[in-house]
Amino acid sequence: MSVTEEGPRAALGNGWPLTRFGKQTLAIAEVELRKLFRDPTELFTRAVQPVLWLVIFGQVFSRVRGIPTGDVPYLAFMTPGILAQSVLFSAIFYGIAVIWERDLGIVHKLLVSPSYRGALVLGKALSAGLRGLVQAVIIYGLAFIMGIQVRIEPVAIGGVLFAVLLGSAIFSTFSLIIACLVKTRERFMGIGQVLTMPLFFASNAIYPVALMPAWLRVVARVNPLTYLVDTLRGLMIPGGQNIHSFALDFGVMGVLFVAMLAAAARLYPTIIR
Amino acid sequence: MTNSHEQTGDKKYAILAAGLTKCFGGLTAVDNLNLQIGFGEIFGLLGPNGAGKSTTIKMLTTLLEPGSGIAQVAGMDIVKEAAGVRTQIGYVPQMLSADGALTGYENMMLSAKLYGMEAADRKNRIAETLQFMGISEFAHKLVKTYSGGMIRRLELAQAMIHRPQVLFLDEPTIGLDPVARRTVWDRLLNLKNQNNLTILMTTHDMEEADQLCDEIAILFQGKMSAAGTPLALKSAVGANAGMEEVFIHFSGGIITEGGNYRDVRDRRRTASRLG
Repeated sequence: MSVTEEGPRAALGNGWPLTRFGKQTLAIAEVELRKLFRDPTELFTRAVQPVLWLVIFGQVFSRVRGIPTGDVPYLAFMTPGILAQSVLFSAIFYGIAVIWERDLGIVHKLLVSPSYRGALVLGKALSAGLRGLVQAVIIYGLAFIMGIQVRIEPVAIGGVLFAVLLGSAIFSTFSLIIACLVKTRERFMGIGQVLTMPLFFASNAIYPVALMPAWLRVVARVNPLTYLVDTLRGLMIPGGQNIHSFALDFGVMGVLFVAMLAAAARLYPTIIR
Repeated sequence: MTNSHEQTGDKKYAILAAGLTKCFGGLTAVDNLNLQIGFGEIFGLLGPNGAGKSTTIKMLTTLLEPGSGIAQVAGMDIVKEAAGVRTQIGYVPQMLSADGALTGYENMMLSAKLYGMEAADRKNRIAETLQFMGISEFAHKLVKTYSGGMIRRLELAQAMIHRPQVLFLDEPTIGLDPVARRTVWDRLLNLKNQNNLTILMTTHDMEEADQLCDEIAILFQGKMSAAGTPLALKSAVGANAGMEEVFIHFSGGIITEGGNYRDVRDRRRTASRLG
């Protein structure tokens, strides 16, 4: 092992910045997935909540018939909402893992490497997105078991998976931003708890926006979860039940994600201070 | 603070700092620090908790921007050429930075990818580096099953995968038993001797500083209170003085209130995990 033989720069790959960015992103996502599949307990525990919502809440409310959902059965109406909720609840606490990595010194080591900060953040978002896909598989499985009608068409399923990937990436990046700002696990947990329920209830996840009072509709309109639910409802329910166009839904989510990615890449190095 | 390994031209020093200062609110963590560390030198940064050692390392490794002053690492400015500096340094933080949920090989592969090594070179380089650190046979075991000394050697291997010119070590042997500590020392000396590697390390272990370091600087309340070879510093304090006497003499000889809850927690957590 000798520095003088090859020189340190010889060890560094060349190539286009975008290629390096992509490789670094995939490297981060890959190790996260390795860890997840080595110990998949988290995936099973995260499946409990959607099961409870669909099996208990959904069954009871579909009998009450108090929420007007048109020709769509309430269970079918809420299934996309529960998938979106599951994505939100999984991703919104992702920042705590980053605080943990900071305490272990892993973040320090990543930041001392010549990696793009954006690649480090995008790699985390991608791994959160892939975790979200597992939630989608669980919800489809539950829908099948419970006899809920969902679209089983390749394009629709592909669209759902992409929307889940994007939604998870948005909420996990938002979570990373919060972690960088609050810096401690205790504060993060408090803020995480405060954020999740308002985001969920101020969205169209379990009732239509039309039922909301005017002020809550305004909140729902700026709530990214609303756009995720709307997309999923359009892609999962036979006949499509989205209020906005897919272009608007994906456009809002895409712009929001890029903005959050830029903010997170700037804030990520500050978590060690 | 130079030695016979000096290089010529603008890269005369591996680490050069002039008037390096960092304040946090009203606290001056590092105050007008000057360093000139030659290539191939092991340089020890000593001082009580809160003296500014970790802040100095964070600035030199580009993790923290200095408030004022300038510094160069491997001939590059730590602010203007931060990305270039990162390609030339390795860093082992005080905390255990190897991921316990991955194997040693996977940890190495992540570092290799982040440092942009070509796929064709990675496997050979990883094998070579792990062999040098004496942990090849454990490469495919999860790091959480490693002993403390093995984890530190893996972290050194990760920091060396891209063959840096300068290595920063923050308390590299904290929490290790004497045998593991000696093994890490041997590896560090080999790295220095075989690769002309410059090492800047912090330590609270006076024996370690005495045995390993070519030169030492003692920080006290953010300022450099003494610098020189271990022998010169001991002679300056007294005829029979050891490094502990030197440390006490130049760090005020009092129990300081430096360091904070997080520092102590991190140190104890690291020691506990290694033990």
